[in-house]
Amino acid sequence: MAGKKGMITIDSELCKGCYLCIAACPYGLIEIFDELNQFGYYPAHFTGGNDKNRECTGCATCALVCPDVAIEVYRE
Amino acid sequence: MKKVFQRPRYLKKAVFHYCPGCGHSIIHRLIAEVIEELNIGEKTIGVPPAGCAVLAYDYLDVDMGEAPHGRGAAVATGLKRVLPDHIIFSYQGDGDIAAIGTAETIHAANRGENISVFFINNACYGMTGGQMAPTTLLGQESTTTPGGRRKDRDAAPIDLSEMLAIARGSVYIERTTVNSPKSIRKTKKAITKSFKIQMAGLGFSLIEILSPCPVNWKMAPVEAARWIDDEMIKTFPLKVIKDTAGKID
Repeated sequence: MAGKKGMITIDSELCKGCYLCIAACPYGLIEIFDELNQFGYYPAHFTGGNDKNRECTGCATCALVCPDVAIEVYRE
Repeated sequence: MKKVFQRPRYLKKAVFHYCPGCGHSIIHRLIAEVIEELNIGEKTIGVPPAGCAVLAYDYLDVDMGEAPHGRGAAVATGLKRVLPDHIIFSYQGDGDIAAIGTAETIHAANRGENISVFFINNACYGMTGGQMAPTTLLGQESTTTPGGRRKDRDAAPIDLSEMLAIARGSVYIERTTVNSPKSIRKTKKAITKSFKIQMAGLGFSLIEILSPCPVNWKMAPVEAARWIDDEMIKTFPLKVIKDTAGKID
């Protein structure tokens, strides 16, 4: 993870696929995963933000709006 | 890398039973964060309602005492009088506080009981399947008002917070929402202020929080968050309704 400003982890078993984090991410770095979790939801998934112009800054907006506290945020 | 956001200490590691996009779990998290920041976890007692949030004691890792339907303010009054050095909050939905528990709430506010009340307004009866509540908007469809709520037949929605602002004992009444990052931050500030007012012993405070109920509104969560901005705040404008406490540190 060298050279990155931030990253998030999404607990796919806590996520209910409500799309609120996807709407909140300023860089569009979160998308829906195509495999179900054990509750039958399609969970959100962090794409990693490998594009230089669209990097995760660790702003924590996704975690702020997440109703299920599924997101943890790390920052440099 | 440093962890900058994680599950607050006073929120148990459990999967919420709430529907996707529900506002309850955001508000649970905010309360847990504020309790952690103010370092009052060991002396806080919560009073959960009847309704979707009845299982709040499964999530918040503080002492809780369940109240009969609507009697949150009365149970909180008793707890506060027996344990005056503890921080007591009641957590109530709109059907709980504005329908069956109106009397208890108004009298607690009028007596100026030193408690914090969180009033979660989702404009319907969520747990029982989306029937019309006292707070349902005019024209809003619910399972008991299929053509929309009509003023001549079903009366207009109740402005409980404005009513409580008239009560002489109330100190701080604010209406916020949790539908955007900005409003979530504002709600957290309001919750913090409410707890601080109680710690300073000033009296009754109530935070009304407009909360999305995507399943009963028959909307996707993102759409429900937008509906609060587009429709709900016309009937329930976001503002500080009463603040006689002034600045609190």
